Amino acid sequence: MTKPNFDALNVGDMLPSFTTEPVSRLTLALYATGSGDHHPLHLDQDFVRANGMPDVFAHGMLGMAYLGRLLTQWVPQSAIRSFGVRFTAITQIGERLVCTGRIVEKLEQGGEQCVRLELTCANEQGEAKHKGDAVVALA
Amino acid sequence: MLIDKKHIGMKVPPHSVRLTAWQLKWFAKATGETNPLYFDEEAARQAGLPGVLAPPTFFFCMDMDKEHPFDYLETMGCDLMKMLHGEQSFTYHQPVYSGDTLDFDGEITDIYDKRNGALQFVVKDVKVRRQGELVCDVHSVMVIRA
Repeated sequence: MTKPNFDALNVGDMLPSFTTEPVSRLTLALYATGSGDHHPLHLDQDFVRANGMPDVFAHGMLGMAYLGRLLTQWVPQSAIRSFGVRFTAITQIGERLVCTGRIVEKLEQGGEQCVRLELTCANEQGEAKHKGDAVVALA
Repeated sequence: MLIDKKHIGMKVPPHSVRLTAWQLKWFAKATGETNPLYFDEEAARQAGLPGVLAPPTFFFCMDMDKEHPFDYLETMGCDLMKMLHGEQSFTYHQPVYSGDTLDFDGEITDIYDKRNGALQFVVKDVKVRRQGELVCDVHSVMVIRA
């Protein structure tokens, strides 16, 4: 994979975005296996209903993993210096997640030419599930 | 009940995790990953990597890979059913691969509340090392609802 050229990038440029398949119960079962997070809130509808909620919902870290893919589809993972998100809403079964990123700053950090990215993982109605940022080194 | 701020500075019981290609394969499948470096040992080897590459958020999964992942919140008397994940971030130093054994060494670095205690925040910072070398800083904020 070749890195994007630092000089050719501008603040405001968008990363190639993508929309996931609808989050299903199978997605959450697979994520439980892959992540090791078997919390019943994500898997066991009986448990969830007994606790007064309508249905299981997605692991927050599933959405962050999708945003991680947004980054690693754009640059080799070794270019990522930092990556963070705030969890702002729960993802329900059936929702597709739209992952977008935008360059908000060009900066030098630790002697490297970097870009700061603003990241969003939202449903198709535009409700943000996760808002994040990342710093990626490009030189 | 407000969490006692005496817990700021508390060390989280350390643990170690051996990263397996098996788990990374399932993680890749769950997250829709199509780059074989993240799930195919042969492809990783041909690319010159020592193992399958752990994706950016996988440090969180490894940090949780213990009998009681929220032991520190239980020590503080928190009700885990009232817990939400507020924030998560990573600072990366070195890539890690299947076959690596990683040591997780965490500490509670802040406890604060908002809305007169309706929301309490517990901040944990974890140093992840491989044979003594720092590979990642993991920063987590868990929210406890009243």
